[in-house]
Amino acid sequence: MPPSQSSTTARQSPASDPPTRDVQTTSRTGAQVMCEALIRENVSTMFGIPGGCIMPFYHAMWEYRVRLRHVLCRHEQGAGHAAEGYSRATGQVGVCIGTSGPGATNLVTPIADAWMDGTPLVAITGQVPSALLGTDAFQETDITGITVPITKHNYLVTDARDLPRVFREAFHIARTGRPGPVLIDITKDAQLARIVPEWDTPMDLPGYLPMSARQDVDQRAIRAAAELLRSASRPVILAGNGVIQSGATRELRALAEQAGIPVITTLHGLGAMPHDHPLALGMPGMHGWVHVNRAIQACDVLLNVGSRFDDRVTGKASTFAPHAKIIHIDIDPAEIGKLVRTDVAIVADCKPALRSLTVAMAQGSSVARQAWMHEIIAMRDEHLPRQGYTRRERTAPLMPHDVFDAMNRAFRDRSDWRVVTDVGQHQMWAAQLLDWSRPRTHITSGGAGTMGFSLPAAMGAAIADPEKTVWVVVGDGGFQMTNCELATIAQEGLTNLKVAVVNNGYLGMVRQWQQLFEGQRYSGTPLTGPDFALLAEAHGLRGMRVEHADDADAAITTAWKHTGCVVIDFRVEREANVFPIVPAGRAIGDMMMSAPAAPVVPPSSSTKV
Amino acid sequence: MAQHTLIALLQDRAGVLHRTVTLLRRRGFNIASLAVGRSEVPGISRMTLVVDATDASQVVMQLDRLVEVIGVTDVTNEKAVQRETALAKIVSSPTRLAELVDVVTEYGARVLDLTEEELIVQITDTPERVEEFITMIRPEGLAELMRTGRLAMMRGRTPKKLEAPAHYRAQADGAPADEEVAA
Repeated sequence: MPPSQSSTTARQSPASDPPTRDVQTTSRTGAQVMCEALIRENVSTMFGIPGGCIMPFYHAMWEYRVRLRHVLCRHEQGAGHAAEGYSRATGQVGVCIGTSGPGATNLVTPIADAWMDGTPLVAITGQVPSALLGTDAFQETDITGITVPITKHNYLVTDARDLPRVFREAFHIARTGRPGPVLIDITKDAQLARIVPEWDTPMDLPGYLPMSARQDVDQRAIRAAAELLRSASRPVILAGNGVIQSGATRELRALAEQAGIPVITTLHGLGAMPHDHPLALGMPGMHGWVHVNRAIQACDVLLNVGSRFDDRVTGKASTFAPHAKIIHIDIDPAEIGKLVRTDVAIVADCKPALRSLTVAMAQGSSVARQAWMHEIIAMRDEHLPRQGYTRRERTAPLMPHDVFDAMNRAFRDRSDWRVVTDVGQHQMWAAQLLDWSRPRTHITSGGAGTMGFSLPAAMGAAIADPEKTVWVVVGDGGFQMTNCELATIAQEGLTNLKVAVVNNGYLGMVRQWQQLFEGQRYSGTPLTGPDFALLAEAHGLRGMRVEHADDADAAITTAWKHTGCVVIDFRVEREANVFPIVPAGRAIGDMMMSAPAAPVVPPSSSTKV
Repeated sequence: MAQHTLIALLQDRAGVLHRTVTLLRRRGFNIASLAVGRSEVPGISRMTLVVDATDASQVVMQLDRLVEVIGVTDVTNEKAVQRETALAKIVSSPTRLAELVDVVTEYGARVLDLTEEELIVQITDTPERVEEFITMIRPEGLAELMRTGRLAMMRGRTPKKLEAPAHYRAQADGAPADEEVAA
């Protein structure tokens, strides 16, 4: 059934005067109300794909196209990740759209990804007409049922009059507290119904009382935390995504500098502390540096600011920071004590919590801790983290670290860049080897570990902030999962997006585990692919191939100068590994620094992930 | 495994039970019993949930995080009254059924139906007494058993987090009394 529309002339004339300016009493379709609700939430860009049950919304969208930019993606997964990238670059709520059935289920992966990484996202899906709900109608899927465990909340709207309230609630829930995804599923009849929207309908969320940045922080907990920190002789700060989300990097630095406490940044915390700051230690965990993991295992007080003690950070949780009193600042009370015991819990937004803590710390003198910093620096000097790669014998004309070294040289004197990484070896190399200095410059799929995340997420970031060039760092495995979005990039004419494929012809991280832990049985990991440079050319983009370390700098410089998207296929050594590595289920102090001379016996149990 | 009794206050909306139950399923907690119904305030439901779990503190916080869950409390170690109702159908000989009427009445159960072939009784008591009653009648030809699940209510003042939100209460106060009963 074609959507009916009678009152619009927008098809003929530019939409300079959309119905938003109409008097409040004019009736309009649910679909028009959806557009106006999005404008009221300051949405300017959406990523999606139309289909049968979302057609009324797309019909209405045309009238509002000046205020609401729609980016047509090639797959709903790409639309979802693009919305995530848009959000991660700006802090605003990302919006993605799919139709009912497969359109909606294709959004499930990015929704789960946003759930794991606390990314504010509103997913809008069309649904079959309400009379057909539950009848296995064409393209019907119970998407609200499917997404219950991976959304902060979701809505099935069958009555257009609910739309103003539901959109307000959805955006409020997505962006407040620990941010996350909210899905709104709207039946086709609700999109077509004519109503007079009541924009003043209040939100009805009596059970949702998130902590906000304006809220007072529990001063008793702050005093207890300050006391612990002042008396600590070997303290560390562990800073995570919460610091970035809260925009609290300055506050983090102020506390660290005032108290002289070294700062460890998780994968999502990269950029919270400049890499060359004297108190910045780097990344902990499964692929963390030796001195960082050892500092955690030796510290006497650990202040966790906005990180959720992910198992990739803690290793075997019961062995994590065994000598430390633990202070945990988190906006989500359900994170306190979930995985690691907590001595002082501060349930708050990171920014006011860090401010309060800095004030409280100033009200007394701390014990001297120069010896502790010297000890950590000595460990760092002994292990020379980055040189761990360069010191090894070069086995191919182009090693993965050559790519990252070249990127660092290109990035060094500029601040107009972001990097979006995918999932796997290249992701860990990028985290370890690139010089992170500013928040929201490192975007990756951390919690969910979604291969295929990077290209569409970078597209969202590139659209959100055209002033910055977005570099995608992706493996040949992940790139082949979502590289259809090159077509979207070409259609949108994005010039500030460059792709570095770290191509080793394997699903490299799995191959590394197989090499180290499974007797080198490379089951299902060798991988072929198209010529990525030609693939780019086929999309009308520019493609390049680099096979020698000496050519890496020139390729990056050329790509940066080129006005248009460029894909560089870096053919790197096939069997390079990420080190250090903490085998799954072990304590983080228990690191492998290189491949053992003799093959390791395959594990008898496969319960470790 | 230990059991925990939780009381939760929920918005009375389609899907809220699904959200609650799916969270417990995800955590691998078995639900021993679940009783839910409308509360004294229209638009608000109250639920008593019994879960098999050694530690329920985390799941309490995760339930509280659900948007439509207004508040949750673990009342396992609190001063709370707990009751359960069970209906039991006993099939036996007419003479034995006649004798059983006295036995169950003595125990505090009510006879709801008595025929030549069967007896239907209702017991409302503490969960322990109900359990004991069922053990007692099991050998007598227990043919069917239907239990409400545990109902719990804290003694004294209702804790703040289990109070219906003000705007819901205000609406309830404005509504005619009979309508409230009907709801």
